[in-house]
Amino acid sequence: MTHVWDSDKAEDIIAAHEGLEGPMLPILHGMQEAFGYIPEAVVRLIAARLNLSRAEVYGVVSFYHDFRREPAGRHVLKLCRAEACQSVGSEANAATLLRRLGLGWGGTTPDGRLTVEAVYCLGLCACGPSALLDGEPHGRLDAAALEALAAEAV
Amino acid sequence: MRVFIPCDAAALAVGADKVALAIAKEALARGVDLKIIRTGSRGMFWLEPLVEVETPEGRVGYGPVSIGDVPGLFDAGFLEGRTHKLSVGLVEKIPFFARQNRLTFARCGVIDPLDLDAFRAHGGYVGLARALSLGAAQTVAEVKASGLRGRGGAGFPTGIKWETVRTAAADQKYILCNADEGDSGTFADRMLMEGDPFTLIEGMTIAAVAVGATRGYIYVRSEYPHAIRTMNAAIGIARREGLLGPSLMGSTQHFDLEVRVGAGAYVCGEETALLESLEGKRGQVRAKPPIPALVGLFGKPTVVNNLISFATIPFILEKGAAAYADYGMGRSRGTMPVQLAGNIKHGGLFEVAFGITLGELVNEIGGGSASGRPVRAVQAGGPLGAYFPPHLFDTPYDYEAFAARDGLIGHGGLVVFDDSVDMAKMARFAMAFCAHESCGKCTPCRIGSMRGAEVIDKIIAESEVEKNIALVKDLCETMKFGSLCALGGFTPYPVLSALEHFPEDFAPAGMPVAAE
Repeated sequence: MTHVWDSDKAEDIIAAHEGLEGPMLPILHGMQEAFGYIPEAVVRLIAARLNLSRAEVYGVVSFYHDFRREPAGRHVLKLCRAEACQSVGSEANAATLLRRLGLGWGGTTPDGRLTVEAVYCLGLCACGPSALLDGEPHGRLDAAALEALAAEAV
Repeated sequence: MRVFIPCDAAALAVGADKVALAIAKEALARGVDLKIIRTGSRGMFWLEPLVEVETPEGRVGYGPVSIGDVPGLFDAGFLEGRTHKLSVGLVEKIPFFARQNRLTFARCGVIDPLDLDAFRAHGGYVGLARALSLGAAQTVAEVKASGLRGRGGAGFPTGIKWETVRTAAADQKYILCNADEGDSGTFADRMLMEGDPFTLIEGMTIAAVAVGATRGYIYVRSEYPHAIRTMNAAIGIARREGLLGPSLMGSTQHFDLEVRVGAGAYVCGEETALLESLEGKRGQVRAKPPIPALVGLFGKPTVVNNLISFATIPFILEKGAAAYADYGMGRSRGTMPVQLAGNIKHGGLFEVAFGITLGELVNEIGGGSASGRPVRAVQAGGPLGAYFPPHLFDTPYDYEAFAARDGLIGHGGLVVFDDSVDMAKMARFAMAFCAHESCGKCTPCRIGSMRGAEVIDKIIAESEVEKNIALVKDLCETMKFGSLCALGGFTPYPVLSALEHFPEDFAPAGMPVAAE
């Protein structure tokens, strides 16, 4: 996934959504989908087009956990850390994986291959521990299955 | 020959797509003519991927199926419903399924979620037709008479909320579905959107008819990409079929609806934060009053209901209020889709009339822990819900009975923990989660949760344990009574229940636990 900044594309994303009631989140989701994160230029552009201050737009971007301020790795592994997954050992498995990769939560491997993020519940609570790898759900991730999943993302 | 395989995200998470592909390939190789229908999940997740085959006696199930099992299933004659080591027999005779009262989830796991004909063949859109003929006031009266209460957790009577919006004068009213299902241990909203999306559309449309609203939104959390896709597809179909748009079922009523995607903020499940978020702002809680029923989305009267509340409406209108109110106990009428999760043998969705006990749910239905170790605690109602110890398992599943024991049923989640759980850690997690998700508007939540996690760290480090326990309890009182919304206000439930029922986890090893 390569995401190159393209101001025309950004303008198009705004144009496609600005007729909606409350267009801010749909625009930001569109931007992150197109560019992989929310570039600084996007904040200025949205502010100008929606007639808001940059502070207001920045306030929204920074409030929501989903919006990244910098690009993620080629693959994103979101590991559930909520109670239901904790009850079946998710924390120990995640700690082992992060230690082996030399990462903290939210970190990206030096080769840019994999970002590991925390997520609080994927609604897969009867087949935990669970995760999303690039948006696809995975359940019953014991230590070995989690390692295999992380290795799958190349 | 029809074979049914779920496309529910939880089934996909354990390989349902791979199994479906393997079955299709194997059938092709063997020259067998079969049709694979993708359905929602029945909600028996320990059996997923659950493959069902249509037989003259009913649908016969096999599960959990992995791709390696597929040739063997063909050899054994599973397409004729013959026995195999993964046989579970007639799916609707499985005790977990047979004991349920599937009203809201009647179609989930049975039909192709996007097959409108199948939806109609199973009673779909009978409720809306009835609402259109009853008119607004009578439709609201029907919902009131059903006794339905908000399934998001607050338990406010749905009919009364609708009446408030119906009688408000405004040029624009909104129907807003809260599908920001962030509680750990809950997945009912997700299952319904993925398994029976037309039920939600029908329920919201009935609400629109009842209060005179013309626009609706479903606010779905971004963690549910499959639900978002299915919901959007279903809305497109409903529009094409005249079930959304300028003329509902040929009437003069107009209603249309749209999915909006959250962005990973738990607090947006709180209705006023949700309104702010949908308007494009930071998801910060609004002070009430004014209530959203009068001053809601963009300042207009808005019905904000949980997804399960809306999804229950079609049954009530189709079968009548009395048919729904016949189920339940006390002031908790009807059914609740209880979600059995965490360390539990038979995890899944169990829709049942109120009144069943917590112990029946965890031990009889759920079969105890998955690990086989003794069950030590059950967190009821998500991250803001209390931890129940086994000696309170006689508590009936009922809003008031849970409240009487300092707990809440919330959105219906039950997360089971075995005896390896450290309750001091869970109490700390509750505070840390609140700190992580706090919208920052009120001080007790924003600062209190941070200090709470720090003080519990001191307790865990065995520093001035008694003094710090007293401090945590005091802090919990402040959060309970001083917070603007349920995030700060209910975080004390898991903390205080852990302290009360599991004091040994907070005392230094070998030190006797002081009596209160």
